[in-house]
Amino acid sequence: MSQDIFVVIEHLRGQVADISYVMLAAAGELSKGIGGNVIAVLLGNKAEGLAGNFAAVQVLYLDHPALADFTSDAYQKALAGLISEKQPRAVLFGNTSIGADVASGLSIKLGLPLVSSCRSFGADGKFVSQICGGKIMAEGDLPSPTALVTMVPGGYKPEAGQSAQPPALTRLEVAGLDALRVSLAKYIEPEAGDVDIAKEPLLIAVGRGIQQQDNIQLAEDLAQAMGGVVCGSRPVIDQGWLATSRLVGKSGKHVKPKVYLAMGISGAPEHAEAITDSNTIIAINTDPKAPIFDIAKFGTEIDLFDLIDPLIAKVRAAKGG
Amino acid sequence: MNIVVLVKLVPDLVEELNIDPSGAALDMSWLRLIINEFDDHAIEQAILLKERGGGQVTIVAPEYEGVDEVLFTAAAKGADRLIKLSGDASAGSAQVFVAANNHALARACAAVIKELQPDLVLTGVQANNDLDGPLGPTLAECLGMPYVGYISGVTVSDGKVTARKEYPGGLIAEMEVKLPAVLGIQAAEQPPRYVAVSKVRMVMKTAAIEERAADALDPSGGPAVGRMFQPEAAVHAEMITGSPDEVADKLVSIFKEAGVL
Amino acid sequence: MTTIAPVEQSIYDKILAAAPDGERLRLCLQCGNCSGICPFGYLMAYPPHRLIAYLRADRFKNVLDTDTVWMCVSCYACTEVCPSDIPLTPGLMTSAKEELLLAGNVPSELQSALEFSQRYGNPLGESPRKRADWAKDIQPEVKIMGKVRQPVDVLWFVGDYPSYHPRVQSIAKALTKVLNALGVDFGILGPEEYSDGDSQRLAGERGLFEMLAERNGMAFGKYQFNEIITTDPHAYNAIKNEYPGLGISYPIKHYTEFLAERLDQLKPLLKKEVKARVTYHDPCYLGRANEIFDQPRALLEAIPGVELVEMFHNHKNSLCCGGGGGGMWLDGFQWEKAHVRLSEWRVKEAMSEGAEILAVACPYETPRFEDAAKTVEGAGELKVKDIAELLAEAMGD
Repeated sequence: MSQDIFVVIEHLRGQVADISYVMLAAAGELSKGIGGNVIAVLLGNKAEGLAGNFAAVQVLYLDHPALADFTSDAYQKALAGLISEKQPRAVLFGNTSIGADVASGLSIKLGLPLVSSCRSFGADGKFVSQICGGKIMAEGDLPSPTALVTMVPGGYKPEAGQSAQPPALTRLEVAGLDALRVSLAKYIEPEAGDVDIAKEPLLIAVGRGIQQQDNIQLAEDLAQAMGGVVCGSRPVIDQGWLATSRLVGKSGKHVKPKVYLAMGISGAPEHAEAITDSNTIIAINTDPKAPIFDIAKFGTEIDLFDLIDPLIAKVRAAKGG
Repeated sequence: MNIVVLVKLVPDLVEELNIDPSGAALDMSWLRLIINEFDDHAIEQAILLKERGGGQVTIVAPEYEGVDEVLFTAAAKGADRLIKLSGDASAGSAQVFVAANNHALARACAAVIKELQPDLVLTGVQANNDLDGPLGPTLAECLGMPYVGYISGVTVSDGKVTARKEYPGGLIAEMEVKLPAVLGIQAAEQPPRYVAVSKVRMVMKTAAIEERAADALDPSGGPAVGRMFQPEAAVHAEMITGSPDEVADKLVSIFKEAGVL
Repeated sequence: MTTIAPVEQSIYDKILAAAPDGERLRLCLQCGNCSGICPFGYLMAYPPHRLIAYLRADRFKNVLDTDTVWMCVSCYACTEVCPSDIPLTPGLMTSAKEELLLAGNVPSELQSALEFSQRYGNPLGESPRKRADWAKDIQPEVKIMGKVRQPVDVLWFVGDYPSYHPRVQSIAKALTKVLNALGVDFGILGPEEYSDGDSQRLAGERGLFEMLAERNGMAFGKYQFNEIITTDPHAYNAIKNEYPGLGISYPIKHYTEFLAERLDQLKPLLKKEVKARVTYHDPCYLGRANEIFDQPRALLEAIPGVELVEMFHNHKNSLCCGGGGGGMWLDGFQWEKAHVRLSEWRVKEAMSEGAEILAVACPYETPRFEDAAKTVEGAGELKVKDIAELLAEAMGD
């Protein structure tokens, strides 16, 4: 049994996901409260190179061909072996398509307690989780003996989980990865040749409030006038009004632009969590109680349809004038 | 193909949520319950699979207040069997299940589902009141079955299933899964179909809901909650008022300050 | 001689039986008046007369594969002009929608409104517990029957949109002011009130309508009152014409009828001038469907300063705002097909008469016409006001 805090790194096709750094930052804060070292756990095949900037004391690297790409069965089996052997104080997973697939199974299999949707840890090591669409927070002591925790973004900045100093890497062999019941057949890309909104500094976002497909043109006009890119929340993408690559949200992209102009977006947690790293969020919504106003820096209740033409005109004037 | 769908009812967020006097749990007395929207998608996906490839769809749900209507609606959509898990009658079933965590529900439902010998178990990928991980993967481990979550498409062919798993940014991974297996549904291949009220009422006259008694619930594995509270909005936006022209002017100066204009 | 498939035959019989005088469908001359006057007839694959032709030819299956039946806004224009007096709107069009619904052919916007109506008792998806929140700060306190538990003279059936929609709540508050000024002893059901269900019925959900009606019937049965008044012509239509068939029968008036009866008492209270050129839009369910044309006009003419003008289409020929028969919840769908809104057409008519105020008497209309006024060129200054609001304004403070 150790006081160490394990962080299960999430990576996809050679890219480390931001949630991994958020968790490393969380683990760093947690260790200040309860002690213990932050240990990154990296599963993969020939993936050592990914570990260069983890803010951790050590990286445990589990290498095996079956771990080259994430599959729930292989990752769960590999982690089960590691966790029972090392018995850390806590293991952090992302509350994502990767982490949430394996954490619960490990909880039952190893008889270890699981807390999900954790946003942050208190100074005393208490977990703080959010449920019910972000309307309710639940707080409690970090369960024993080994707490499995799935984390959501928003409590820590990814930069705080990065380090200039590469941590020491220990390579571990993994056994027992035969007779796997889940295998990856192939990846299917989203529409190619489109912008990567995660890299854009100015995003004009539209939500349900845009009301119909034809109105998206208004957002495009504004984006063009300003040199920005249009993106949207789930309802807009579900209707097929914008390509999936423009989806901002839990199941879409996390974005961190300088300015995020949210038009007709209510700000439900699945969307909010994907934009909290934006520098300046400006929200346009006729509902004064829309949750987006709780995370935006500036807001206005003006109807976006009243605002957009004067705004485009003034932006053009400011650029051309 | 023998498909089982496990359905949970969760607090309806349209209503105000209150914390009960203990300060560590939701006030159940005021709760309106609604089907977990992802479970609704799981039902739709199951019906689609049955329509495409034949088979039987069984819906299993713990006995919440209002669960009968949910079960009958599923039958009106095409489900073949309806099974309700009843809890300890003295404790008042309805309360018992609403307060139960997913570890407890998974264990209780696993016993019933095992008997049904399903080829495929579908359930929603998550629910709004999950605090100890989602129900799907917890159930899968109790059943000793593999689990893949965040599924938005399912194809079945001799003994194995190909499930399309969603990753952020629109990337899909096609996973091949050996049956029997549990899948956590993110979205059905088409939105849950509408069922006319008259159809549900007709079904109520002919369909039967089987009841199974659940063993005492075992919630171990879930966290102990010391305190539940409603978050303070840490920061509220600085609100800009005025005519559209005035607001547009202010926004332009904000854009300039932020360095994007 | 074709063999008639049992399924198609039963749809035909169903439609004949659906409305009183439904058998008159057999008398259709195929004159096409209905399809010609239908505001969206030109967009329908099967406008009314063609629908009848296909029904008679046992080809209704073809109709089930299309979705343009959902363009019908149940405005009664077709029913009004049919030379054979066929109940086209309540019989034919409603039943056609019902069949599409049973076949799962329903636009998703409408689906949500129907599911909300089922779950929350209103199509907006708002909490039923908050149905009377609009009234909570009003003095004197609005009587909620379940709380005061005493008989009242008038039960005011408020309706979905006046209860929940921010713009339409002002109309509810205005009507409260007028009723209080007249000393009317009234109460509301508040959280015990459910959607009247009429638009849901006309959108093909008969089962849902009956469920909502039954619940309202139970609430009515608990309390004592002499008559019911409604803000909404749709609720008026439902309670007057459809609820009795379910065993729920009460004296009922639309609020314009009720106030017009008290015009002598009301007129002296209208002290403040509302100087404007006003045109009145006859709501389909007050005018064409229930023949109430004069009372709303009498109320408007009683307001000092009002110059009342008629639009080109008025009284029986009034143009629908597009909200009926589910249209309120099919905006995106209808827009994608038509790229024109009926409400915009009507706003243009109001503009042609030089109207400054477009007066309405149905809660669907205020938000619809206000939205249309935003998009119609030159209509920016046009005000849309419910008659109740104009009366309240004319009362001063």
